[in-house]
Order: sequence, then C-alpha cells, then structure tokens
Amino acid sequence: MKFEIFVTLKKEVLDPQGKAVEGAIQNLGLANISNIRQGKYFTLEVNDSNEEKATHQAEEACKKLLANLIIEEYSIKKIS
Amino acid sequence: MKASVIVFPGSNCDRDIQVALEKFQIDTTMVWHQETILPKSDLVVLPGGFSYGDYLRCGSMASKSRVMNEVIKHAKDGGYVFGICNGFQILTETGLLPGALLRNSKLKFICKNVFIKTTNNKTVFTKKIPENKILSIPIAHNEGNYFASKEEIQSLKEHNQIVFQYCDEEGNISGESNPNGSFLNIAGISNQNKNVLGMMPHPERSIDQLLGGVDGQGIFQSLL
Repeated sequence: MKFEIFVTLKKEVLDPQGKAVEGAIQNLGLANISNIRQGKYFTLEVNDSNEEKATHQAEEACKKLLANLIIEEYSIKKIS
Repeated sequence: MKASVIVFPGSNCDRDIQVALEKFQIDTTMVWHQETILPKSDLVVLPGGFSYGDYLRCGSMASKSRVMNEVIKHAKDGGYVFGICNGFQILTETGLLPGALLRNSKLKFICKNVFIKTTNNKTVFTKKIPENKILSIPIAHNEGNYFASKEEIQSLKEHNQIVFQYCDEEGNISGESNPNGSFLNIAGISNQNKNVLGMMPHPERSIDQLLGGVDGQGIFQSLL
C-alpha cells in the first residue's frame, strides 16, 4: 500500500525559507501570490494489505521520525 | 571524571571536544554511534557537526542511532549529557531537551564569535562560572534558531532551564544581539534536573589563547 505524506511547519512557526521564496516570487512580478510556506513531501510503501494497519504504520513513521511534532504537522493520503 | 564522546557519521567537532576534555584531565573515550553499550561514563558528549549530512532535520537521524538508547538511559538515570551545536539539535530531537532548532532567521550560516550571558550558573556545567558572566564563544550553525511553544518557554523560565543567552559585550540581551532569531535569545538550555545541557556555541573552540580565547574553559572546569 502506497502513501503520500506532507510535512509542513505549524502555522505559528515562522518559515523564513517560505518568506524568501515569496520574496523571489514577488520579484518575478507575480504580485498576487502570497503566504508561501515550504514543506516536505514523502512517498512510502507499507507491506500490509490491511488499510487501517498500514495507515497506522505510516502514522508511526510520521510521529517518530518524518515530522517533529513540536514544530511540524503531517497529513497522510493513501495513493494506491 | 570519565567522558564518552559519541561519534556519528558527519560529526566534525568530535576530536576538538576530545582535546578540550583531555586538557582538563577528563578521561575520554570515543564511541561510534552503532555501539549498543556505552562505556561507564560520568559524562556523555554529543559533539558538533553535520550528523547524517543534516538530512531530514538536523539531528533527527542521529537521535535514532542505536547508542542513543543508552544515552537516553544514562540521562534518565541522572548521568551528565552535554550536546554542543549539532549535539544540541540531537538532544531536542530525542526529547531530552524541549523545543526545536529552526533555520536561522536570516537564512545564513553564521560563523563568528558571539557574546553569551551565563543566565544560570547553578548547573554542574556552569557552577564555576560567575553568575551573569559574559563569555565570548564562537558559533557556527545554520539551524540555531531556538523555538518552543509558549507553554514550554514558560516552563523553561519557571524551572531556571535557560543557561546561556546571546547578548552584547555589555550583557544586554536584545534583538540586536540575537544572531539567529532564537526565542528569548536562547543559546543554551538544560533539562529540569539540570543534568543535560545543550548549547549552540562551541566552548571547545575557546579553551586556549592559541585558538583565540579561553572563555569556554569555565564549562570544563565546572565539570571537574
């Protein structure tokens, strides 16, 4: 079972990289684009045909390593 | 006093800290991160560097190394643990210290001497440094911007866990003297029991006039 995972900084955490990207986007003249936040994207496969169990394992990976829950949040989506 | 320095792939201040510890007659053993046994130690040091190339988040992979289970046990049993720079990042990733270290607010790697104030000299790491003493110590990091939730910051204050704060030469703790955007100019914190210390500045680079200063010596003298 394949999952995609997005890890993003929590809203209350400043994202200086996102800000820098936003500055560059505005320099391109794309003045209507704002509030850029940068995050991480993972895909992973879980060798378990039970969706609930597989999702649980992907969540464990997020909580224990892929995301630092002090500063980040994650979302998981099954893709196949 | 016996110390173990944990060496991760990508550590690069491991030998510097070894030289520093040995200068103060602290018997030092280097321990590879894949070891499952920690030699009998009073102090475990997590050195500076770029463990695992800073992949994912600084210190995140190193915090899951095999030997870290032993380091966590050592800390929970009251043993001393000292993380410098990347070692501080590893300590936050293990949860032994609260908060996290984010990208510097100006997105630049900063390598320079800074001033830090010894806010708490009642720890084993700082007990021989006079209270509020201003030290000149180098920093060299890209992710030293200390962040913690409001509740955690409150708890850090209540339990006197803020040990070092960035300041200017006169000791003023201000936005101007904050090199990386850290909350409350935090440069170093301890756990509640005060047996675990993490700091971004490198005291091991400041132990000999030949290296440009001796302000880091107080930490090693405190440990003796």
